[in-house]
Amino acid sequence: MSMELAIKTEQLSRVYKVKKREAGAGKREIIALDRVDLEIPTGELFGLLGPNGAGKTTLIKILTTLLAPTGGRAWVAGVDVAQNPWEVRRHINVVSGGESSGYGLLTVEENLWMFSQFYGIDGKTARTRIGELLGIVGLADRAKTKIFHLSTGMRQKMNFVRGFLTNPEILFLDEPTLGLDVQTSHTLRGFIKDWVGKRPDKTVLLTTHYMHEADELCHRVAIMHDGRILACDTPGNLKKRLQQEVVFRLRVTAIADPEKLFQDLQGVQRFSHAEVDGHTELNFILEDENALPPILTAIQHSHGELISLEKRDSTLEDVFISLVGRGLTEGDGSAGAAQGEPR
Amino acid sequence: MSSPSRWEIFRRTVMGRAYPRVVGMQRERSWLFFDTLLPLLQVSAFVFIYRAIQAPPEFTGFVVLGGAMTAYWLNVLWSMAAQFYWEKETGNLELYIIAPTSLMAILLGMAIGGMVGTTVRAAAVITLGLLIFRIEVSIVSVPQLLGVFLLTLLALYGLGMLFSSLFLLYGRQASHLSNLLQEPVFLVSGFYFPVRALGFIPALGASVIPITLGLDAMRQLLFPTMMAQFRFLDVRIELGALAVLSIGFLWLARRALSYMEALSRREGRLTIRGQ
Repeated sequence: MSMELAIKTEQLSRVYKVKKREAGAGKREIIALDRVDLEIPTGELFGLLGPNGAGKTTLIKILTTLLAPTGGRAWVAGVDVAQNPWEVRRHINVVSGGESSGYGLLTVEENLWMFSQFYGIDGKTARTRIGELLGIVGLADRAKTKIFHLSTGMRQKMNFVRGFLTNPEILFLDEPTLGLDVQTSHTLRGFIKDWVGKRPDKTVLLTTHYMHEADELCHRVAIMHDGRILACDTPGNLKKRLQQEVVFRLRVTAIADPEKLFQDLQGVQRFSHAEVDGHTELNFILEDENALPPILTAIQHSHGELISLEKRDSTLEDVFISLVGRGLTEGDGSAGAAQGEPR
Repeated sequence: MSSPSRWEIFRRTVMGRAYPRVVGMQRERSWLFFDTLLPLLQVSAFVFIYRAIQAPPEFTGFVVLGGAMTAYWLNVLWSMAAQFYWEKETGNLELYIIAPTSLMAILLGMAIGGMVGTTVRAAAVITLGLLIFRIEVSIVSVPQLLGVFLLTLLALYGLGMLFSSLFLLYGRQASHLSNLLQEPVFLVSGFYFPVRALGFIPALGASVIPITLGLDAMRQLLFPTMMAQFRFLDVRIELGALAVLSIGFLWLARRALSYMEALSRREGRLTIRGQ
């Protein structure tokens, strides 16, 4: 493979065998990753977008040598992950959302020092970097705090420092801002952007199911679903795919069975719905604006009341809906919504 | 900056992983009660039994020595062998795996940290036991005693490293192994009596647990007169056997870790939690 590529996969697949007693209705295999081809050049901040179970974490586990592929091949920093995992590990680091690594009795800086030793970093360099990075993420005043006293956000900041401390060529960020408050997420996103922006030799692979995070950070984004990559392009180009269509967001009082209500309406290409603050939020991708009146009529017939209507620019969420047929958080247990059938 | 050599990474990993164990002991002082006074209570029970049946006073020494060595066995079972289960649950294990270091270095760090901490506890049990029960020892050879002790620890922690490879693949199931081994080994290794009392063949079988030979040899070197009639094997043979066990367990641990890591990666079990 070309040395300019930080990551490359060819037909990469992972199938999990399910034990007989755990398998439902004769399903003995789960295809977590289905022939994925990917090329990520050095210096890119690349995003993987997809709902829970899309295969993002499986892909990261393979690329970080935690999991063996069952088919295809993958290279990280030019090294085959299956054949030479130890060599791959010299070039990478990982930060995952919701990590609870480290030892509670050690302080923040002691934990970070310990992890730096697993990379052979000398004590002086490690201490200097720890000091600098803690300052950047705003955790310098907690350096001497035992980590069992840290809040979730502080702990995740420490995890960030752990990931960047080893100055990896390729950094994997797996849902790094999961469950964090807005301010902490903002700080960490700024840090990631800055880190890659100032270092053209570094590459970041970010997985997220926060659309705005991918939109804000990533040079290119791949949309994953059911173990496959459905689309891969810059966020701008992905959104341009929907330029012909019209996107509306409607908020209505709770209505029953939205799928049944809208699935046969002419001009509705895709729609998704979610319960938000006791109301139903409906997102429509329409062929044109003529499709809107029948929607309003249908809402009226179902005794729903329109609270707000907004015509808006397409987002990555809309791109996802147009490709998959449902919203990113639907169907994974994180939202009480169902999907509109693609037509 | 040149990248560090494998040896440098190995050396630093050992130090790094030993650190939490050494420091943790200083920061969590509850061990003074749980790991010193509670074992002494158990030791006292055996001491009073021996005294009640008017056993020779050396038997009190056998029991105190055995009581001190229980700390190592428990440390090996729960803080070495089963440790990967907890590391998997907290997410540390995957960070160990993705680092360019070896799991042997991680385990060696755990072992050294564990030995330091456990030696302090064992020494406290021995000191208190000697003082409270007024035990007299007559050391035959300090270098031999030291050699037996160190080889026992090396072989014992090598065995712990071997067991730990099982926890890469299995989770909670493997912890049953630790449960299974805890109490029976107290019996078959002769923690509270000379192992020869079990008979030669059972004692030979129990010698696969290094502490069996270690305890017998240390008793011979501390209580030579009484052990003359209870010794299992000659001290020099036991020293040789401990050396063989040390090398064997460390070699097997290295092979098993490598095999289990590859197998766990194939089966996707390295990062499964709560299994």
